[in-house]
Order: sequence, then structure tokens, then C-alpha cells
Amino acid sequence: MAELPNKSLADRAYHIRRNAVLMGEVQGQGYIAQALDIADVLAVAYFHAMRYRPEEPEWEGRDRFLLSNGHYAIALYAALIEAGIIPESELETYGSDDSRLPMSGMAQYTPGMEMSGGSLGIGLSIAVGKCLGLKRKGSSSFVYTLFSDGELDEGSVWEAILSAAHHRLDNLIAIVDINNMQADGPSTQMMGFEPLMEKLEAFGWFTQRIDGNDLGAVVAAFDAAKAHQGPQPRMIIADTLMGKGVPFLETRDKSHFIRVDPHEWQLALQALDAGRTA
Amino acid sequence: MKPKFTPPAPGKPRLTTSAMIASIAAEGQATKPAPFGHALVELAGARPDIVGMTADLGKYTDLHIFAKAYPDRFYQMGMAEQLLFGAAGGLASEGFTPFATTYAVFASRRAYDFIHQTIAEEDRDVKIVAALPGLTSGYGPSHQAAEDLALFRAMPNMVVVDPCDALDTEQATAAIAAHKGPAYMRLLRGNVPLVLDAYDYRFELGKAKVIREGRDVLVISSGILTMRALEAAKLLDSDNISLGVLHCPTIKPLDVETIRREAAKSGRLVVVAENHTEIGGLGEAIARDLMLSGIHPTFRHIALPDEFLGAGALPTLHDRYGISTEAITASIKGWLG
Repeated sequence: MAELPNKSLADRAYHIRRNAVLMGEVQGQGYIAQALDIADVLAVAYFHAMRYRPEEPEWEGRDRFLLSNGHYAIALYAALIEAGIIPESELETYGSDDSRLPMSGMAQYTPGMEMSGGSLGIGLSIAVGKCLGLKRKGSSSFVYTLFSDGELDEGSVWEAILSAAHHRLDNLIAIVDINNMQADGPSTQMMGFEPLMEKLEAFGWFTQRIDGNDLGAVVAAFDAAKAHQGPQPRMIIADTLMGKGVPFLETRDKSHFIRVDPHEWQLALQALDAGRTA
Repeated sequence: MKPKFTPPAPGKPRLTTSAMIASIAAEGQATKPAPFGHALVELAGARPDIVGMTADLGKYTDLHIFAKAYPDRFYQMGMAEQLLFGAAGGLASEGFTPFATTYAVFASRRAYDFIHQTIAEEDRDVKIVAALPGLTSGYGPSHQAAEDLALFRAMPNMVVVDPCDALDTEQATAAIAAHKGPAYMRLLRGNVPLVLDAYDYRFELGKAKVIREGRDVLVISSGILTMRALEAAKLLDSDNISLGVLHCPTIKPLDVETIRREAAKSGRLVVVAENHTEIGGLGEAIARDLMLSGIHPTFRHIALPDEFLGAGALPTLHDRYGISTEAITASIKGWLG
């Protein structure tokens, strides 16, 4: 494991996981395993890499964060709560009537949510437009875009991958979550996308592949993506573990959309606490 | 089943062009070149937020005029329509007003979900300008957007415009640029007929305009069918049939006030005429509104049939599917008995 440059990032990741589990408990089900796998990436994005003002989510000078995989909203809400963009008191409204935190991320509902997800394979196209627009404005902001390995099945993602390189969008930092699980089963069995690193490099991207649950490696990858000199868009391929931090969820078979028995939520929180002190 | 080959009938001339791009201008008709492209250039001077985007169809949507005038405000996105509209939504989210062009079939059928999610749902200021709307290509169903109005009418937030000629196109371009929010405009490109300059007419977004008064028949029409209705009106004059034309270029929001007022004038046959499938377009929109508002004139509909249309020369196809001037004239005469 790479050395941690900032110990509090582990704390941030812990709180993001905890927030996500608490929201999962509100509904009794959800995309919890994904939230747990991506918590480390979100901790580094929101507490190391990105510029933003919690009290002013629309601040023009902010870095943009696009959530292409809208079903990961539970994870992003958890990070936005930890970042102080959404008040913690809203957590218990997750997925309920009249909540600003719908199950699938939508731009019209939630502070800090920059796009409407749900229909997969769209985020990178929006990112291309935002990057072109930021360049027109002479802005130095980055556009971070998180998407999932299942979205690699969508042709539109490859349109955007070609386009970002063609337009030399060096202000785009994309992160693809390789948790190898989509709705019908393991992603690599749905539609093979490997060797992904070589593909993306051939498509003209500055590409890194890391263990997305190694905070030190995630920090190093975000730093390198920002610091890279050259006109290429930047891709971080993050290999992650579904359910990371809660052992009985890490090993669960049907992990895409999980139902958890009422007594298990407490066990999940206890597992997170145990991991924190280990 | 595939048809059997029929040899040409001796002595019968056969129209030969089923090219993708065919002019809709009749022989000798006054035209104006690239009205959309020139209008956009004119607007862009005072509107630095306007940018042009296309998916490998700049020349075929008259956007090359804009690209030449403002090369640094033009984005060639390649032949990738989903990307085109996703990126247009992204540019709009950063404060720009993209005019994004392609063919109507690709905007409506291929990129529908992207427009729905990144433009309409987020209420972005993107103007979709789409060539070859309805039946304006003899190339076959791949390029015939017979259902584009139905699809975009069904999308919340979307304003839908179907201009008649060069003048209408110029003025509608300015109007959708001034409108805050997403808009879909059917594009007539190349040398576009100029018709409405002969009438006391001005395009207003959301307004239907009486272009010609008539005693016996009221045609409510949009797009090139207004041009055809005006031609039919002249032919019917010689039969002593007086035909009025209510031009309704904004399909959504529909100017129900004017439509109800005109349709309620007693005794007239009401005919809705559109270059669109009979399903889901102007005709059904008006029929619904008249039913709901208790206005029940004798009602007829001139529209394309619910089938995959043929390839061939446009005049042949317009005759076959009942939207040529002659076909419209004959239909109306038949209905009047």
C-alpha cells in the first residue's frame, strides 16, 4: 500500500461509507455495495483534489463533478453531506417522497448534483460539452466525471472518448469504477472491455490504473491527472471491491442492488467501525 | 416481400431523382439561399453566447455559413449524434446557447434519450435545428422523419417549430434564440422557397396567423403544407371555392385561442394539413383541443400515412401520399362533394 499523505482522508472515507449505510437503512435496500466501493475515490475527490465552496455549490470557480452512473447517488449524497454541501439532517429523507435526495441522481433536485443520471452512458458526453464551455470561458476548472464499468458497453461512451481526445480536453478527469458487477452479473461477462488501459491509451487518453480502495494510490492518481502536462484528457481506471469495508457485503453474490435484513444494518456499521480502528 | 421489377411504360416520363437532398422549390419559384445560416450569423454578432455544433452535417444544414463567419464558435462533433446533444447540454450548462444541427431522423430517433435527459429534463438553452423533416427526402425511411413532431411534442419543456419558407425560417431562428429553454426547429435548407413575403405576415413564437381569409374551408397547416395550401387556394378559386389558411408554425405550445376562434366560425370545413405522419402531430393536437373545448366542425386531416414511405422523386411521393398541391386540391373538392 502506498503511504497516506493525509491521514484524515481515511476518516472522510469512513464517514462517507457510514452516511451511505445510514441512507441504505432508511430504504432497507439500495446500491450500497457500489457506495462502499467508491467511497475512497469520493473522499479523495472532495477532500483532496477538487476546488469548491460548500456554502456556494454553484460557485463559478468550482471544479465540476458529474455523476454519470446516477444510481451511485447514494454515494455522492454521502460525500456531499460530509463536504457540508447537503445538511446532515437530510440524510433520513433519502429516497422518500419530496426528498431532495432521490434514488437516482438528478440535477434539478440536489445541491452539488451537476447532471441527471439514470440513463447510463451519458455523463462523458455532457463532460465534453462542459470542458469545451469552460475553455471558451478561459476557466481553469476541471470536470471530474465518474462512470461505471457497465457503461463501457454503451456506444455513446466511446463517442465521447474519441471526442475528448480529438478536442484535446486536458481539463477532463474521468474515473471509471471497475467493480466488475452490473445488473445481470459480472461486467466482464456481459461485454468484455479488457485490455482497458491499452484501449484508452490507444484512444489518446493519459491513463492510469489503480486499486481504487488504496487511498494513497487514489491520491497519487488524482495528483498525476491534474499535474500531467499535455493535451490529453485524463482517465483513472479504479479497480474496486463491491461492499468494501463490510466483509459480509464484500462476499455477497447478488451485490448490484442489495436488500439487507433490518438487524444487518447495525452489523454493517459495526464492521465499518472495526475497520476504522484496525 | 420485395416487389417484382416493372419495366418502364413506353413513352411515359419517369422522374429519376431519389437523391437524399432534393429541392422542395417548384420550377421558377422565388427562393432564398440558406435562410437559417444567414439568420444565425446575423444574430450571433450581438449574442456571444451563441455557438454552432453539428454531427458531420454542417454543409447540409446550412451551418457552414455560421462556421465560416465564426470559426472559433463552431464545433464539429463528428458523426456522433448522442455525443452532439450531450455535449450541447454540457455547453448550455456552462452558459452558452448551442444551435445543434443534424438530420431530423437522427435528432429524433437516434439521439432522443440524450435530448430528453441532458437538454429537456434540465431545461437547457439548446436549439435543435434539423434538416429533412417529414417527407422532404426521397431517400427512403432512413432519412424521412415522418414522426419527428410527434416525438418532440411528447417531450416536456420542448418548444416545437415547423416553418413554411425562407422568411418564416429566418424569423423563427431569431425567435427560438430569444426564447429561454430548449427548442426543436424543422429546417428547410439550401435554396428555400420564399412565399410569405407576399402576405402581411410575421412569425411569432406560439402564434398561429390567418394568412388568407376563406368562406368555405379553413386549412390549418404548418411547414411546407402552408405553402401548398396557399397554392391549392388559388386553384380552388376558379371552382368558386373559398379557402382560408391559418398558418400554425409553432406546434408546441399550440395557439389554441386562435385555433378555437377560427374553427368555431360556423359552416366551414376544417382541414388540418401537415407534412408528418397522421399519428401524433398537428392534426391530433388540434382535434384533441377542439373536442375538449366543445367545438365540433366537420374535420378532415391531410397527413402522411402510418407506413414506411417509399423511395423515389419527391413530387412523385408527395402525390402518392396526398400532400402535393394537386392532391390537396382534389381531397378538398372531394370532401365538399
